[in-house]
Amino acid sequence: MDWTILIYKTIFLFIILLVTLLVAMYSTYGERKVAAFMQDRRGPNRAGPFGLLQPLADGVKMFMKEEIIPLSANRVLFILGPSIAMTTALLTGVVIPWGGIITIGGREFSLQIADLNIGILYVFAMVSIGVYGIMIGGWASNNKYALYGAIRAASQMISYELAMGMSIVALVITTGSLSLHEIVAQQHGMNWNIFYQPLGFLIFLTCAFAETNRAPFDLPECETELVGGYHTEYSSMKLGFYLFAEYINMFISSAVIATLYFGGYNMPFIDQLGLPQNVVTLLGTMFFFLKIFGMIFLFMWIRWTLPRFRYDQLMNLGWKGLIPLAIFNILATGIYYYFTELS
Amino acid sequence: MIFLFFLLSAVMVVSALFVVFSKNPVNNVIYLIVCFIAMAGHYILLNAQFLAVVHLIVYTGAIMVLFLFVIMLLNLNKAIIPQKSKTTRIMAVITGGLFFLVLLAATRQTFEILPRYPFTSTIGLVKEIGKTLFNDFLLPFEMSSVLFISAMVGAVMFGKKDDAV
Repeated sequence: MDWTILIYKTIFLFIILLVTLLVAMYSTYGERKVAAFMQDRRGPNRAGPFGLLQPLADGVKMFMKEEIIPLSANRVLFILGPSIAMTTALLTGVVIPWGGIITIGGREFSLQIADLNIGILYVFAMVSIGVYGIMIGGWASNNKYALYGAIRAASQMISYELAMGMSIVALVITTGSLSLHEIVAQQHGMNWNIFYQPLGFLIFLTCAFAETNRAPFDLPECETELVGGYHTEYSSMKLGFYLFAEYINMFISSAVIATLYFGGYNMPFIDQLGLPQNVVTLLGTMFFFLKIFGMIFLFMWIRWTLPRFRYDQLMNLGWKGLIPLAIFNILATGIYYYFTELS
Repeated sequence: MIFLFFLLSAVMVVSALFVVFSKNPVNNVIYLIVCFIAMAGHYILLNAQFLAVVHLIVYTGAIMVLFLFVIMLLNLNKAIIPQKSKTTRIMAVITGGLFFLVLLAATRQTFEILPRYPFTSTIGLVKEIGKTLFNDFLLPFEMSSVLFISAMVGAVMFGKKDDAV
């Protein structure tokens, strides 16, 4: 066992964890500012300069609230629900390549925690386990609104997972690899996958919205019909975990989209600048985060622009719209590569 | 490695026992999920990462969600499960045990199990699985996909309302 690598990986793991939590925290602030901008308001501006301390104030408020577990709820599962939601949301960041290679004292350190050769599928597995957080929480609350919310969430996520998986299949045909490191390395410069898989990107983006339960697909927590959806009975920090998990999911899916379709940490014209490798890596990581923030802004922009779908519209879009489109995309990609690779 | 193996095995056996002995159907499903996750861990120990992840996606992420779905919708609880009398249960245990003994005795020395393909550390990786599936087992692979398609069509037909057919 190489101790330097072990210590480095542990420290890096904690940094990624902190960054994820920090970005998720300020996404809540960002969301409220974006919403305010769209609706011609000011948004949070009391706590600290420009309201920058608002997320902290919200966090403290969440901790101070009374912790309520309903008498008729299943206690163990009631606590298990938000824990699963939070854990699976945080686990996905492990396989994302946050940057290239940094050389310190003649040793090379990769800015990726684990380069699995099935990286995409790992992300996918975590997403599919994440359903349990919502389902178990909703069922254990012993409340009909919560149960409705949970069932909606589960059926929505299962339906959109199919189309998402198929859009990934087309991407895998293009790249020839399941490893996220490999996929990013192939998109060096401006060789981004979005130019090869525009349809796949649109399908993946739509499914990402549905998987994170974000508007216009936020039916599991549709206030007009279901009070609060699957977290109706939750209070205090357990509610905070659910809400926070949603923002972490948004950050991680933005990172996955940036990795798969927008070249990850690759920058255009980086080779022409002739910078040392460490600087290139750091610039790349910054550029990667810029892409992620752009995607997060898109998430918020759409939330405050589009109205919510009706439930049957959501299912129709998933099963009759996106899945046939994704199958067509696989076929088209397959046929294209069959003929170009052969000749 | 050996420590991980025993840890995963212990988790698997204990959760599998809870699947059988737990009275609450939702708890049963959750223990089965734990069991499946431990099984995925075993696949990873065998360096079969692809199998592990597919196992997680398909069994843990899709099939068990459907199980949980059905149990939640039907709201099953103890009262619905039929209770057999004590004598029936004892008889069932004895006959089941005897049947197991007979099976064990019959199969113990009839044939020797030899692996057709020797184990290599890369056997569970995507490339190897793809090559094996599409070279050696192409026909069974295609047949099973046809089976899946027909099952899907059947499910859609069942789901359709009568007047829409």
